[in-house]
Amino acid sequence: MDLLNELSQNIIGGDREAVLSLVRQALDEQMPVARVLNEGLIAGMNIVGQRFKTREMFLPEVLLAAKAMSAGIELLKPHLLRNNVPMLGKVVIGTVKGDLHDIGKTLVIYMLRGAGFEVIDLGKDVEPQKFIDAAREQNAQVIGMSALLTTTMTVMKQVVDLAHEQNVSAKLIVGGAPVSRQYAVEIGADAYAHDASTAVDRIRGLISAKPS
Amino acid sequence: MKPGTLLDRLANRKVLVSDGAMGSLLIAKGLQPGASPEELNVTHPDWIREISTMYREAGAEILQTNTFGGSPIRLKQHQLESRCREFNESAVHIARLAANNSAFIAASCGPCGQLLKPYGELDSEEVYESFCTQMSFLAAAGVDAILIETMTDLGEAVIALKAARNAAPGVPVLVTLSFDETPRGFFTIMGNSIESVARELEKNGADVIGSNCGNGIETMTRIAQAFRSVSKLPIIIQSNAGLPSVVDGKLHHPESPEFFEPHVRKLAEMGVGIIGGCCGTTPEHIKVIRRIADEINAGRSKRAED
Repeated sequence: MDLLNELSQNIIGGDREAVLSLVRQALDEQMPVARVLNEGLIAGMNIVGQRFKTREMFLPEVLLAAKAMSAGIELLKPHLLRNNVPMLGKVVIGTVKGDLHDIGKTLVIYMLRGAGFEVIDLGKDVEPQKFIDAAREQNAQVIGMSALLTTTMTVMKQVVDLAHEQNVSAKLIVGGAPVSRQYAVEIGADAYAHDASTAVDRIRGLISAKPS
Repeated sequence: MKPGTLLDRLANRKVLVSDGAMGSLLIAKGLQPGASPEELNVTHPDWIREISTMYREAGAEILQTNTFGGSPIRLKQHQLESRCREFNESAVHIARLAANNSAFIAASCGPCGQLLKPYGELDSEEVYESFCTQMSFLAAAGVDAILIETMTDLGEAVIALKAARNAAPGVPVLVTLSFDETPRGFFTIMGNSIESVARELEKNGADVIGSNCGNGIETMTRIAQAFRSVSKLPIIIQSNAGLPSVVDGKLHHPESPEFFEPHVRKLAEMGVGIIGGCCGTTPEHIKVIRRIADEINAGRSKRAED
């Protein structure tokens, strides 16, 4: 098995130590850093995302895979910067005001970072204005909002309204158990994702669709 | 509640009716997003009592306490963990007033809301202690059952069940999890199948097992069937009124009491012991469940006499 394929397999298997040692080996062998990231780490995580979607994998395995991937990325980071491998874009993300759940959001962050996005985590119970301010300060292209509760998902509309009122250029994406595409349309969000790997696809779409 | 205990009633093959959603009705009364619903047991006991009374009058014979997030770990997210005893005791007191000696009181205990090690940060001992603390207050205040609900991690459900056995000895324990439908059957997000859930809960001494939340009533009939095929324990089903959408800026659950009716009948006919509601259900849904339970129970009594 070639090294990159082996790396993907160990991401899928959630074996952090194996991932670390394979990334080190790849760096020692002077393999291009972008290939290690894309064809090793991200390729593995993409499969994890697909398998979670169809529930061939469940949350525990996905979290182990995500942790293995994060470890691999940490190791790669200095090399990525040195080699000017561009980040795909910048996303600010948080669980909306009143909602203290962050398992789903954490998963989205892992997947986004894994896919090569820069992610600013605003945490949970985030005030509507804070999403807007953070997007401005960070010059983020996308604002991501999460909610687990039917009672807090309505806060998403406040964030969308604020963004429109204050002419924020960042695109808005929503997700979480009670949220639906219909709801996203109704409140005027730019996108909806029903799971973490779809969130990555949608955010990729939002950023590439943006006029530069 | 007299006569007989909740488990006696189930042993007599009676369908028991539980109550419906609490949270959405509390919001209608003024619960602020992000505030602790359990704090209302002290600040607005009248709200809780009114809702529980409506459910009893609709025909619920099991009333659930407003203590879903009343464990120290959950309350800590609101910096209210020091008030665990007060909130839980008050909730039982309110439920007892609403029950008016004609309903059982089931103490609602929801998940700790965080992942346990190795996936998250929480130690299982810490979670066990948290449940023990809450459940001992509930038991001391006098409840007819502990209802461990909305669990998605079988490991945490078993920890809560063990805590109930320890902190509330002799009190019947009902345990319900939330499932996702997959091409290979029903699983929790943590990957627990109905078969493994039933086996582990039974092994650890649960009295009643089943599912709440996460699905509408049609899916729940299939979940109940799956439980029936792997366990002889009494089953409890508390269904959402479907999955919510927003209509005209307001949260809307699509499944009406009329929609519930044939599926509730199916649940009762397949021998589900306790039927109630979860998110989006109202006293109108509970009235339908009451009517069907009465029909089925009358039929069974008649056959027993024949």
